[in-house]
Amino acid sequence: MSIEPLWEVFVRSRRGLSHTHVGSLHAPDATMALRNARDVYTRRQEGVSIWVVRATDITASSPDEKDEFFDPAGDKVYRHPTFYEVPEGVEHL
Amino acid sequence: MSDLFDYTVRLGDDALIAAQRTAEWIAAAPQLEEDVALGNIGLDQLGQARSLLQYAGSLDGRTEDDLAYFREEREFRNLQLCELPNGDFAHAMARLLYFATYQHLLYEELRTCADETLAGVAGKAVKEVAYHVDHATQWVLRLGDGTEESHRRMQAALEALWPYTGEMFESDELIGRLAVAVDPAPLRAEWERRVLAVIDESTCSRPEASYQHTGGRSGRHTEHLGYLLAELQHVARSHPGATW
Repeated sequence: MSIEPLWEVFVRSRRGLSHTHVGSLHAPDATMALRNARDVYTRRQEGVSIWVVRATDITASSPDEKDEFFDPAGDKVYRHPTFYEVPEGVEHL
Repeated sequence: MSDLFDYTVRLGDDALIAAQRTAEWIAAAPQLEEDVALGNIGLDQLGQARSLLQYAGSLDGRTEDDLAYFREEREFRNLQLCELPNGDFAHAMARLLYFATYQHLLYEELRTCADETLAGVAGKAVKEVAYHVDHATQWVLRLGDGTEESHRRMQAALEALWPYTGEMFESDELIGRLAVAVDPAPLRAEWERRVLAVIDESTCSRPEASYQHTGGRSGRHTEHLGYLLAELQHVARSHPGATW
């Protein structure tokens, strides 16, 4: 059988949570990808909702860009709410 | 033996023999994903078989294993459709379309019957077989409306198995006597409507009316069931009482 397109599978394990990437699979089209995902990734009640995305439709960051993409966030402590002290007496914050 | 026992064994044997054939696909399907899908479907069928044969056994003091492993070919009451060899993948999907659509209509009726156990098994199984119908439908559409070769094979499979579909809708004295039994005869019109809609959409042509095989419900089977049972039963018979 010819090689079918690769699909990335995202499963939401419970209502209220986000879809999480669980793996990938091959399928001829989106309809079959969804069904294959149901059979491969939710056979032990792992989910209540499935997304499939054609792997080629995902634009990913490159490992080569790691330095400029992610390192600058490393020393910006003021981006965390815990950086700020809440003045005494302030309510509803 | 009671009518309820005989009726439950019919349903259980359909599921058991179908499960055995489906399981033969594991590691032999066209792709890994399909191996898992057919594994799931086979285990659904086996689960139905176990519930039904357990219940049947409880009516006459036997276990599900007694019924599965220690009955002779002539004592099995499954449809001949279920026992036919797998053939190619198109045959597997044609059989699943025919059989699961029938099971779905049957279980939908059975889940409101007066027997609590049968109603319970049917209520659980109806969702499982709805998925089996969907799986078969997806493949019949894709193979039928696929390449020239896949279309040819799908058409051949739909035609080859059609003569074994009439048996599903046969009514008999047992069905007439047993109040909880679902008479399958009236299900045929809706079954044909659903199955033919899939066949039409797949661009295959409808199989022509043909000679219809019969006999499974009275223990008369094709030559293939004996070989299937030999494989299914030989370990249990060679090592009676063994557990694993």
